[in-house]
Amino acid sequence: MHRGKGMKFVGDSRIPAERKPNIPKDYSEYPGKTEAFWPNFLLREWMVGAVFLVGFLCLTVAHPAPLERMADPTDSGYIPLPDWYFLFLYQLLKYEFASGPYTVIGAVVIPGIAFGALLLAPWLDQGPERRPIRRPIASSIMLLAVASVIFLTWESVDQHDWEAAAQQGAIVDFEVDEESYAFEIWTTQQNCINCHGGDMLGGAAAPAVFESDYSKEEVIDIIKNGAPGMPADQFEGTDEELEILAAFIANDGQDPEDD
Amino acid sequence: MLQKIYDWIDERLDITPMWRDIADHEVPEHVNPAHHFSAFVYCFGGLTFFVTVIQILSGMFLTMYYVPDIIHAYESVYFLQNEVTHGVIVRGMHHWGASLVIVMMFLHTLRVFFTGSYKKPRELNWVVGVLIFFVMLGLGFTGYLLPWDMKAYFATVVGLEIAESAPVIGGFAKALLAGGEIIGAQTLTRFFAIHVFFLPGALLGLLGAHFYMIRKQGISGPL
Repeated sequence: MHRGKGMKFVGDSRIPAERKPNIPKDYSEYPGKTEAFWPNFLLREWMVGAVFLVGFLCLTVAHPAPLERMADPTDSGYIPLPDWYFLFLYQLLKYEFASGPYTVIGAVVIPGIAFGALLLAPWLDQGPERRPIRRPIASSIMLLAVASVIFLTWESVDQHDWEAAAQQGAIVDFEVDEESYAFEIWTTQQNCINCHGGDMLGGAAAPAVFESDYSKEEVIDIIKNGAPGMPADQFEGTDEELEILAAFIANDGQDPEDD
Repeated sequence: MLQKIYDWIDERLDITPMWRDIADHEVPEHVNPAHHFSAFVYCFGGLTFFVTVIQILSGMFLTMYYVPDIIHAYESVYFLQNEVTHGVIVRGMHHWGASLVIVMMFLHTLRVFFTGSYKKPRELNWVVGVLIFFVMLGLGFTGYLLPWDMKAYFATVVGLEIAESAPVIGGFAKALLAGGEIIGAQTLTRFFAIHVFFLPGALLGLLGAHFYMIRKQGISGPL
């Protein structure tokens, strides 16, 4: 590199005018079979990456991401569960020595010591030895920690009632037979549609008409006499039509005679 | 033609040294699975980064549909999942990638630990790596709430209860994350901001430091 007097720059910039050749470094004298990252190794890495990506996409296509029903903060009976990689921390809080009055131990002290030790590992294990077998204390503590995480996750998965969990979060979905005569009656009832929606599945002011499990007679009673938050006598039609619609609603959106 | 474009830029910006720094480094024999198959354990770090890139890209596309407020959040995710073309795949990639990044990072941490690579002179890189681990866990925790479905909401309620139980700073930490007493509209927008701006910003900075240090120091030698 040219230094001092006589340096040349591109225009009035600070870029040196002298071009350096763009040639790779020479690794031939390095120990072992060292190779260049670019392009030798990267090409192979890309092929492995492509295989990995195909496997990953197969997983996402075979198992779509789960989605439960919309959050309802008033549903206090819901059994909560964090994502799987937090289960070991969650499970820890279920043991007597780490719950109730001792929650601080399970929530702060034990995880704090574990993650603090992980963060400070280079200063806790300062010996020059690198082979795991030659530093038995560090290796066994790490193995113990990994075993505890696996054990706690296992226990948490084992103790959780997965069937109840799937049920409590399931999206309640009604299939409405829109070809039926009863639905045709519904489409003429502007008062009903205003609140319960044109698809009978609820709107801004009222839930889906199938939400509660009423019998046909109870449905007729509610339509005629109203309910808390719902005015009476909104149905405009004959008693016969009312009966067909009520039967349709009581049967969760299917014509009862089709069954 | 490409060479001409390169030369034109190089004359003005002198990018050759930068390009050589980024692209040109050695891959020693003991980390190359082509020479020793057991060296595949050295791939976990690269795979973690690969999945992180998938997370960033899929997350960018998710925000094209996602609406972070309690009335529309669930509806927008439901729409994305059921109506948008390939929405189910993009959301699936982000969902499974979140788990995969934790798995890969866990394996990478174990590899670095059991090969003793965190020892002098690489202590700082280990610390930065553990900080990346914490940021990733934070991303997992905040991202879990965003679909605003039942499991999301109640997992966050429990998580914030645990945070609250910490002495001295517990109440403050909970108020900061939840944005008030109740877990509701404020909590969702805060978690969205943390998940999409604060933590990714911290992550990119830490990743930059992580890669700079590995390039500067070189990979640890064979055992």
